[in-house]
This record gives sequence, C-alpha cells and structure tokens, in this order.
Amino acid sequence: MGLLEWVKQALVSYSVPAVAARRCYGKLPPPRPPRAVPALEPTLTSTLPAKPIKRKKKVNIGSWIFFAVVLVFLIGPFINGLGVVLDPSKGTTATSVVLGVLPNVLTQGLILGFVFAIIALGYTMVYGVLKLINFAHSEVFATGAVVGYEMFTILQNVSMNPYLKLTLALLVSMIIAGILNVMIERIAYRPLQGAKNKLVPLISAIGVSFLLQDLLRLFEGIKRGQFNLTYPIPVELTAPLALPEWVSNLGISLSVKETLLIGIALVMLVALNYLVNFTKMGKAIRAVAQDRQTAALMGIDSNQMIMLTFLIGGALGGAAGVLYGMQYGTVNAYVGILPGLKAFTAAVLGGIGSIPGAVLGGLVLGIIEQYLGTVPSLLGGLLPTTDIFSPLKLIGAEYKDIGAFMVLIVILIFKPSGLLGRSTTEKV
Amino acid sequence: MALLEINNLSVNYGAIQAVRNLTLEVNQGEVVTLIGANGAGKTTTLRAVSRVVRPREGSIRFDGKDITKMAPDAVVRIGIAQSPEGRQVLARQSIEDNLELGAYLRGNRPEILADIRKMYEMFPRLGERKAQLAGTLSGGEQQMLAIARALMSRPKLLLLDEPSLGLAPLIVRDIFQIIANLHTEGMTILLVEQNARLAMQASDRTYVLEAGQLTLEGNSRTMVDDPRVMTAYLGG
Repeated sequence: MGLLEWVKQALVSYSVPAVAARRCYGKLPPPRPPRAVPALEPTLTSTLPAKPIKRKKKVNIGSWIFFAVVLVFLIGPFINGLGVVLDPSKGTTATSVVLGVLPNVLTQGLILGFVFAIIALGYTMVYGVLKLINFAHSEVFATGAVVGYEMFTILQNVSMNPYLKLTLALLVSMIIAGILNVMIERIAYRPLQGAKNKLVPLISAIGVSFLLQDLLRLFEGIKRGQFNLTYPIPVELTAPLALPEWVSNLGISLSVKETLLIGIALVMLVALNYLVNFTKMGKAIRAVAQDRQTAALMGIDSNQMIMLTFLIGGALGGAAGVLYGMQYGTVNAYVGILPGLKAFTAAVLGGIGSIPGAVLGGLVLGIIEQYLGTVPSLLGGLLPTTDIFSPLKLIGAEYKDIGAFMVLIVILIFKPSGLLGRSTTEKV
Repeated sequence: MALLEINNLSVNYGAIQAVRNLTLEVNQGEVVTLIGANGAGKTTTLRAVSRVVRPREGSIRFDGKDITKMAPDAVVRIGIAQSPEGRQVLARQSIEDNLELGAYLRGNRPEILADIRKMYEMFPRLGERKAQLAGTLSGGEQQMLAIARALMSRPKLLLLDEPSLGLAPLIVRDIFQIIANLHTEGMTILLVEQNARLAMQASDRTYVLEAGQLTLEGNSRTMVDDPRVMTAYLGG
C-alpha cells in the first residue's frame, strides 16, 4: 500500500464522523444491501450539464474603508501599546500596566456582560415570537431599576437580612416590569398585529419608549423631587469579598454584590434555559416563534404564548435593572437608553432570535466595552507627547460606547445573522 | 348525522374568492377526498375547518356543534387535527418535542407518553431518531411526523393536506399505506390531494373542486374511471 493510500485510509477511518459513528455503534455498521426498487415509469433526467452560475463579487469600497477605520479604533489600543513597547525606556511599564489590569478588566467586563445578556434576552425572545424589536424594553429595564431603588429605599430602615432585601427588591421589580411589558404588548403591539407595514409596530415601540421615559421621570420627580437616584444598598453587600489568595494575587477584587450579581445572573440563565427547552410551555413558545399558524393547528394559543414571552422578557429586564442599579449605584428615568441599545447590539451580535446568542453577545460586548474603557486611556497616558502615535492619547474611557456601536455596524455589514444566528432565508 | 358538515362555505382572500358555496359532509369512519387542480380551493377549505382562515359565509358543524366562529385551539380541543400542506414540522425542535406539542391540549402526561410510544411503533423510523431535529428529516419522514403529530391530539377527524406533496413515488406509497391503515382502524379522514388516482383509491367518497366550486361528487370506486374527473384537471 502506497503512502498516499495509507494517509487516505487513515483520514477516512479517523475522521470525526467515523470516530463518532464507532463510538455510537461500537464499530461501523455493515453497509446495507441495496434495496430492490420496483420498476417505475421512466423519469425525466436532466440532460443539461450543470453549469456553475458565475456571480461577480461586488466590492463595496465604502464598507471596507469603514471597516479599516473601525479596526484602527479597536486595535488602536494595541498599536498604542506597541508604540510604548517600542520605546525601550517605557516598554516594561506598558506591559506590566496592561497585564496588571487585564484580570480586573475581564471580571468587570463579565459583570457588565451579564447585565447586557439579561437585557438582551428580552429583546431576542420578543423578536423570536413577534419579529419585532421591542424598543420599549430599555424602559422596562429602567422601570425595574427605579422600582428596585424604591424597594431599597422603603426597606432602608427596616432591620432585615440584606440578602432578603435584595431578594424582595428583585422579586417586586421583576413582577412589575413583567406586567408592564405584558401591558405594552397588549396596548401598543397587539392592535397593530395585522398591520401590513412592519414599521408600524416598530414606531409604536419607539413611542412607548419615549412615553415611559417621561412617565418615570414625572413619577420620580413628584415622589422624590430629584433626577438622579442613588441606590441605598446595605453596607453588607458593598463590602469586598474575601477571595482566596491566588485569586487576589491576580489582581482580581470582587465585592459581595458583584459576586451576587454573577450568581443571580447565572441562576436566571439556567432557569430560562430550563423553561424554554424542557417545559411544555417553553416548547410551545418556541413552536409559536417558528411557525404561528402551525402552532395554531396544534391547539397552541399564540397570543397567550406571546403574552408569556413578554412576561418572561419583562421580568428579566426588571431584574437586570435592579442588578444594574446595585452595581453602578445611580439610576434615573433615562438610565435605560444606553444599556438598552447596547443590549440590543449584544442581541444582534449573538444573532437576534437566538437565546444562547444573546448571552454570548452580551458577554463579548461587556468585555469589549470594559477593555476599551480602561486599557487605551492607561496606555495613552504613557505615551510621550512628541510620539507619532500621540493622537492616540485622545482615545479615552469615553470611547467605550463607540466600541459597542462599531461592533453593531461591523456585524450588520459582515455577518448580519450574528455569531449564533441562522441566516434568515424565508421559505415560500 | 354526519361528523363534519360544511354548508355553503365561502372564503375570500381580499377581493379573491377562493371557495364558493361549498357544501360537503364527512361521515364517521369515512375517508373522504377532496381533489382538484392547483388553486381550486382545497387547502383553503381545510384551513377554514381548522379556523385559521375566517369564512365569509356559510357554516361548519362538527359533531353537532357549530364551529364556524370557534378559536383555532378550541377546534383542536373538540377533536379536529390537521396535518398541514408542506408538512410544516417544527424544524428546530426534536421529533419527540414535535409529538409532545401535538398533544399540547391534553393533560394526562403518562397517557401522552404512551401515545408517543404508540406513534414510534406505527412509524418506526421516527422512533429510531426521536432526538433528531425535525428539520433534518427527509421529506417522507417529515410527512410521517406531521401525521403522527396530528394524531397525538387524539382527533375524531383527521385533515390531511396533500400528504404526497414533493415526495418520491415509493414514499408516497408508504404514506397511502398509512392512510389505509388508519382507515381500517376507524379513523375519519378528510384528505386533500392533487394525486387524484391515488386519493380516490384510498377513499370512500370523492369531491372534485374546480375554481372554488364543487363540480362532481360521488363514490370513489365509480369515479376513478369517470372521464369528467380528468376534465376537471385539464380544463374543459
């Protein structure tokens, strides 16, 4: 046997499918004997040779230029670092600075990412069943944040276990935000379900978003007389967590509330996964998301499932609001706008309509944002003013928002279906 | 009294009249077929019975109850299940999930599981790959799944919309064998088909639909040789 044959044989018998098949069957199943096919009417076979369709690839120069600019912004910090590294007197400083903050950038990025992920789930689930971007979702999130603030304020002087306070705040804001989301669907979207133009419910969503922002502001203005609301978090929750030595040696520090945030987020993600994939209700929701008419033929009331989706999505948004307020301290009536848009970006990044996609997108975006908010400005500070890279000094922490939205645009240009999304070819 | 009675049914899509004054009945235990060319209104009729389209005029009675204005899920609840045109399995869910959702309105979990096992006996190929996503099945397997899913609601009346659509002749034969088996078990079936000859062989009575109106009806055995059936397809 020649070497070539041997390689071929090895490739076939050790290829992934072959190995997988052996794992399933013990050994490969014997080939089936060919089935006797009764003679049928002669079938028409195509006599035309298959001709590959040649398609000229359109080069969109504009998008490439744009992509290049984006790359410079995203990779800029690295170039920034490179500039410093190339300068031997600063090199070691830059490396140690970046490596020193990286573990904390990752943990803080994950925390932010979990908040984005939980908000993004609301967008993606509603999109799944209604093919509608629920732009009012950011205000459902803001409502959750404000309700959380109210709960913490009410419970401020009550002597009660701080964890119980957090649980109460979470539960109440989840219930209120969930019901609010259901009401939004009922009042602003359902009457427009028959609309021929898909833009009509979308405009309605934007309208609801503005309305809720100002209602929240009015409510807090009357009740508290102030615009920015500072979360009165029990001190037990803000205390730093005692971490094992090897973790803190990495430069990671976590407070109790941050650990709680990660834990609560994980519990909610696991619960949602169970609900959607393993319960009858979740399966029915997925059925409605795939094909409403077929679901109706199976006796599934699609309006009921849509309502449930809004309830779950709203509750997640409300919980995210409380977690956000607890983590970042201050909320106001307009607090939903930026996290909402970023969570929407996260949903698109992961593939809108995909639940694992929303989580992945949220985490990726959180880390990118945290990175852009920390590293470039640190490195910029190390640059000498006379350096040719000195314009990069201007990339400060404020650029983190630009990062998220550049990710959105890049995704929309190059992979509109997202990281885990399906390409949406509609069958006719 | 017939199990399903459709009286003077008319259905419009906007300005287009898809079905005009259709009157039809299906008796208990019967297989009735509704044949006709493309666009004759066959699928529309079934959709009107399942209440996913709204009839403009006429009435539909099932088991003595007027279902003309019922909600689609209520229609399933009283015992009408449909295997829709083009199969429409839930592609991103497993065979098992598809079957379970077929029994969405039933409560008794052990009974549902027993029925799922029964379906696997009836369609062994589904049982072999119960965890597989329905979208990865072949056309014939998807059709079997669509029929099994409809049966999961334990219907009194099964509506089958073009079960032979897009399938290889061998598979079509299998599917019609299944229909024949269901018939002998006593299932009442309203079958819509373009494959007129097969459909008539499998059924007791036949209705011929042309441009939204019934033009012929009668015993399937005598109609197989009726030249007028052919005319209905090719145009007079």
